[in-house]
Amino acid sequence: MKYNIINTHTHNIDGVAKVTGRATYTVDVTLPGMLYGKILRSPHPHAKIINIDASKALALSGVKGVVTGKDTLGVKQGIWRRYSELCDEQILPLEKVRYIGEPVAAVAAISEEIAEAALDLIEVEYEVLPAVYDAMEAIKKEAPVVHEGVERNINVTRHIEWGDLEEAFEQSDYIREDWFKCSGQAHMCMETRSAVASYTPEKKLTVWTSTQSPYYMQALLAGVLGMKESDVRVIAHYVGGGFGGKFELDGAQFCASVLSMKLFRPVKIVFTREEDFIASKRRTPMYYYVRTGVKKDGTFMAREARVFTEGGAYTSMGATALYLTGFFHSFPYKWQAYRYDGYRVYTNTLPSTSMRGFGAPQAQFCSETQIDIIAKELGIDRFEIRRMNGHTTNYEVPGQATIASCGLEQCINKIEDWVKSRGKLPANRGIGISCYGFMSGGIFNWFDTPYSFSSAVVTINCDGKVDLHVGCQEIGQGSNTTMAMICAEELGVRVEDIRVHSGDTAECPPDLGAWGSRQTLMAGNATKMAAADAKRQLLEFATAKMSPNIVYDLDIKDRWIHLVARPERGIDYFELVKEALRGKEGQRIMGRGYYTPHRKGMISPAYSYGVQALEIDVDPETGKISLLNCVTAHDCGQPVNPLGVHGQLEGAISMAAGYGFLEDLPMEDGKILNPNLVDYKLIRAPEMPETEVIEIETYEPEGPFGAKEAGEGLTNPTAAALSTALYEALGITVKQLPITPEKVLGALREKAKEA
Amino acid sequence: MERHLLRITVNGQEHELYINPKTLLVEVIRDHLGLTGTKRGCETVSCGACTMIVEGMSVKGCSVLAMQVDGLKVTTVEGLEDHGKLHPIQKAFIDHGSYQCGFCTSGMLMSSKALLDENPKATIKEIREGLDGNLCRCTGYNSIVRAVDAVCKGQYREDEA
Repeated sequence: MKYNIINTHTHNIDGVAKVTGRATYTVDVTLPGMLYGKILRSPHPHAKIINIDASKALALSGVKGVVTGKDTLGVKQGIWRRYSELCDEQILPLEKVRYIGEPVAAVAAISEEIAEAALDLIEVEYEVLPAVYDAMEAIKKEAPVVHEGVERNINVTRHIEWGDLEEAFEQSDYIREDWFKCSGQAHMCMETRSAVASYTPEKKLTVWTSTQSPYYMQALLAGVLGMKESDVRVIAHYVGGGFGGKFELDGAQFCASVLSMKLFRPVKIVFTREEDFIASKRRTPMYYYVRTGVKKDGTFMAREARVFTEGGAYTSMGATALYLTGFFHSFPYKWQAYRYDGYRVYTNTLPSTSMRGFGAPQAQFCSETQIDIIAKELGIDRFEIRRMNGHTTNYEVPGQATIASCGLEQCINKIEDWVKSRGKLPANRGIGISCYGFMSGGIFNWFDTPYSFSSAVVTINCDGKVDLHVGCQEIGQGSNTTMAMICAEELGVRVEDIRVHSGDTAECPPDLGAWGSRQTLMAGNATKMAAADAKRQLLEFATAKMSPNIVYDLDIKDRWIHLVARPERGIDYFELVKEALRGKEGQRIMGRGYYTPHRKGMISPAYSYGVQALEIDVDPETGKISLLNCVTAHDCGQPVNPLGVHGQLEGAISMAAGYGFLEDLPMEDGKILNPNLVDYKLIRAPEMPETEVIEIETYEPEGPFGAKEAGEGLTNPTAAALSTALYEALGITVKQLPITPEKVLGALREKAKEA
Repeated sequence: MERHLLRITVNGQEHELYINPKTLLVEVIRDHLGLTGTKRGCETVSCGACTMIVEGMSVKGCSVLAMQVDGLKVTTVEGLEDHGKLHPIQKAFIDHGSYQCGFCTSGMLMSSKALLDENPKATIKEIREGLDGNLCRCTGYNSIVRAVDAVCKGQYREDEA
């Protein structure tokens, strides 16, 4: 299929705003009469709040107000709104604190400095309680209770099963079991959590905030503040990164709103980097037990996984991560029988949640590391064992999903060619590989929205220019550009003809937002439908005007309305729009589109696939790993914007490789030891490997123009590929992330001892 | 409270203002002058989001007091563009998709410009090292390196003033 716009190298439509400093983020918003807020945080991992005395703070000149849990409705909120027991977080708690850094009070003052000074004057009396920090400790009978009535601190359990597991293990010739431990990771968005809330005497609230989902924030704020959703307006025109960490209600949004409602003044709260580290949630750490049975020839028979995740103090999106890690641990392979038991455990630590990959990077690290060991022990080629067991088009994951498009085998072949082309490597070098797959949006509605998952409105003005209103959220991934391209392709105009409106609940239709790699497929389908609706209305006029034989079809391409069979016969798009508007009594032409997945299984309407190869060099003296080359063969269906896909891929590699060998949040008695960018190490420009992407084009019938996700899934393979590269380079495995130099040296010592 | 007179030229415009001598350069730029293109991403001089150019040198605006640049010339991201005409490095960033969320972009641009001014024929290795002080969580840096490299290779010569 020949497209005019889809699959062309298209510059992001917000480029000029972003390279000239014109883009205005929440941290840049200043309103008349605005106050500055600061949050007082718990120094204890677990304590009862006995009393809070703010009188001295209120007496400080310039302080306008202090709020505590008593100034709120005390609503226990959470994003799993359908399940009241999982709505467990009061952002300003009334009775007790459950992690170090939890908000206990908030101050508004005429400057940030005064607000900061006022925090020291608030006196909080605590009764310190025994605390528990580790998931495996917290499930013990005698462990301290984080939430009353939750037995053994088990917050959520998830179970996935198909086939006869016992029988499949019995038929296996080789069985292997391993324990792995996957660490947490900070989202480390460049823009910290921030909000400006403005409540006015009309009893309406406007909140500028850095969020992945304005609609979720609108609904959650309305819930905790006792307001109607439509009286809350959330604006997020530019967002400095999200990565799964910005679609739950946070302390900045809630405290700024409560202060503004009390004071009738705009209140701005911007987290410091340290606050962002200690109080904004994190990737879910996991203990993984994996038992796998295979035939002598390498056929995958049985897999059993038991997973305990460190939930931290509240449910958050961790319940979804618990489910998805279990599903994607089977990916992208065919198992005769599979069983997953996941337990999310409350601890007195920073809550864990979703982060780019949503549990799948952990699942992939454990799975791929083990598969390489199995292949070596059975003497089977590592590409062959993946090829013979990999998903294929039309495969049904029993009871879970049907795979409508899958380019995994082509990806394996391409990566095999590349690895072989590298020839024999010098000593201490290795190329690791990892397969992966991911969902194009989830079919879950634990949020209990009555709206379609995505909606869009296309409006054609009298000059032919188009306003596209979408609820999907631009957070840097390029969704506004993707939607403009889809709209322009479907309507037959150019990207420059379209103005995209997003990030404002008062102007845009509801949409679940930017998470779970959902927007290209879901918001893309809504946008395509809206554009098709508007186009159909235009073509009604065109047909009347051109009066072709009714067997002829009309279409619009590049602003030219024409007969499909005789493309030279047509009318200028702009001319026709003018006339069409007159014919509609001056009304603008409006098209509406919406999308909610139906009959697409349990998880997602479509799945991306890929294989990544990562070449590393290891210094056996120091254990230091250097990343050299990273080549990824990737099936995202029909790529919409190659420039965007490539950007997503390279960004994912830096984040996921960082997870593999650098990034960690070590704690002591619940206190994060490295809450700053000096001690929290991330990949910087000199450490980044050379990257190459090989696009494997497939056609996904459920996706707009055949497109699938190309965002989160790319984060899944890199930690795994780093692990398998280490196995290739030195014949060792490190089963605990991150793979630090100390752990590499430890594994080398173990190996020497065994020899 | 103690106030000192600061004379500073920002993007060619002279300013005189009385400030608390403890005020950071980035605070004067963002909060006093309202030039919010420059961002702040940390408190530890680690992220580079507030990078600007002072008398030809790239400087993290959170690492110096404003009084330390008294009498000096400062260029921020807003000073790259000239009456709607983008600077070659800005064009190169757009062409190469060298930004995503955009929050590190101003600092990246200013570090890149300082690097190009000092070493217009920088190698890839030199470019990577020149950007070592700037964090980006979205792009993985390589598209930024490609953009700077394209300018080094003269691909934006006709865009130069």
